[in-house]
Amino acid sequence: MTKDLFEFCCRMGDNTLVLGQRVSEWCGVAPVIEEDIALANMGLDLIGQTQLWLGLAGETEGQGRDADRLAFHRDVWDFRNVLLVEQPNGDFGQTLMRQFLFDAWHLEMLKALQSASHDQIAAIAEKSTKEVTYHLERSSDTVIGLGDGTEESHARMQAALDLLWPYAGEMFTADAVDKAIAEQGIAPDPASLRPAYDARLAEVLGEATLVRPVDDFAHQGGKTGVRHTEHLGHMLSSMQFLQRAYPDASW
Amino acid sequence: MYAQMIKSEASQEDPEALKAFQDRIDAGSKIEPKDWMPEGYRKTLIRQIGQHAHSEIVGQLPEGNWISRAPTLERKAILLAKVQDEAGHGLYLYCAAETLGVSRDQLTRDLLSGKMKYSSIFNYPTLTWADMGAVGWLVDGAAIMNQVPLQRTSYGPYARAMVRICKEESFHQRQGFDIMMKMANGTDAQRRMAQDALNRFWYPSLMMFGPSDKESVHSEQSMAWKIKMNTNDELRQKFVDQTAPQAEYLGLTVPDEHLKFNEESGHYDFSEPDWDEFFQVLKGNGPCNTERLAARNKAWDDGRWVREGLLAHAKKKRNAAIAAE
Repeated sequence: MTKDLFEFCCRMGDNTLVLGQRVSEWCGVAPVIEEDIALANMGLDLIGQTQLWLGLAGETEGQGRDADRLAFHRDVWDFRNVLLVEQPNGDFGQTLMRQFLFDAWHLEMLKALQSASHDQIAAIAEKSTKEVTYHLERSSDTVIGLGDGTEESHARMQAALDLLWPYAGEMFTADAVDKAIAEQGIAPDPASLRPAYDARLAEVLGEATLVRPVDDFAHQGGKTGVRHTEHLGHMLSSMQFLQRAYPDASW
Repeated sequence: MYAQMIKSEASQEDPEALKAFQDRIDAGSKIEPKDWMPEGYRKTLIRQIGQHAHSEIVGQLPEGNWISRAPTLERKAILLAKVQDEAGHGLYLYCAAETLGVSRDQLTRDLLSGKMKYSSIFNYPTLTWADMGAVGWLVDGAAIMNQVPLQRTSYGPYARAMVRICKEESFHQRQGFDIMMKMANGTDAQRRMAQDALNRFWYPSLMMFGPSDKESVHSEQSMAWKIKMNTNDELRQKFVDQTAPQAEYLGLTVPDEHLKFNEESGHYDFSEPDWDEFFQVLKGNGPCNTERLAARNKAWDDGRWVREGLLAHAKKKRNAAIAAE
């Protein structure tokens, strides 16, 4: 059970860590100052949630690893984030589409986790739900605004959706860890979140005049760590640089 | 000091109106956007507030350079929050400038074309993590020296913006000093980074106050108008007096063999920075001028479709709402 719980916390925490890291890459170069501020805000929330999830992971594991140890001293194969969040930022449309596809899942997941049989998980979920509700509101509005904006912005948003769609399905797949966690009453069966997700998507994409791709093929391998994309290693090599280059230092 | 070498404009208005305006300032009243003001006052302020705003925006880049490599989650969050604050400062300084009749878009175009300047300090690179400490400690420290008195500046919106900015800047400075303490008391490699950061940022920080007022032809009018509250040399001295003991506390060496406390004057004696270097950086020949301006231009150009898209959508919604009425 401990192993499954550790794994689950890493999945939640690595999602927020990797996405928070990606979002913060926009710092100082967003299309308008208001977006700089909003992206930084989202990045901050996600890094904050990471500290909670990976902190709990370390505590659960009981091997003396804290959140920083887990964030900065694991290699690609030990990361448990879904492939979606490690995709590069691309243009602003891709960044916001990635955010929307993730937020819509994230919010459903957190809402369900609020009634987890595990107190700390329920508490993290409660705090995070407030933040993520706002993230989803913002990413939905932006997807709608750009989808139903100019011809160019529409084309770019549709291209972003087509590009990222094959990475959405992984969030709803389940393996033995998910099953064990669900049996404990900690987390929902991932597939059970799909109807609400699909409904939200239909609503937002409809208003954005975007078309959901027909093919629901889903790339997998992120949350199990079996096969990440090539992008994650590059992200980690900069993110972990100081900790790796000066392992005896404290910061 | 985020606004350097601001050229103040002479005013050609009616001498009586100018005198009445000066009397108001001397009496300590605040000038508000709808009040009459000399054209020179307005133009000088636009230049000064605009340059300050640009500095906040460009200033995101050297620190943004280390967000993705911050060594712990907490340090990453603190740095991200700091850079976010800077974007916020830029935003409300642009708003303050807008009360003087210039749009944010116009100011942005003037920055991107190189017509308007930003503080030369941001044309220096951030090379190690200790630079995040040095920027907070020295650069924000120097900025605070200038901005604290500006809370009493004569133009209301600018003074009020400064009150908020100063609170956040002093928080940033403490965070910077905290990084320096950690580095200065860390491993040999960390100490080396800390000393190297001080070596590289000391003189550029002194330059932030601008050349000596003896050389400045613009200071007098700005000081009479209370747009500028102290001379460059006063502020520079104050900065050195505050910073030298802090360096000592950290066990770091200020790269100035002439730095010495003068019992007689009660102040530190110190060496002038290399003003030729300062003017070269101002001319565009600093280590990062080209990259900084290119990064801002790229962000603006890449973001065009986003701004246009969101604007088009807002228009559609507005039209639909009108049609529905």
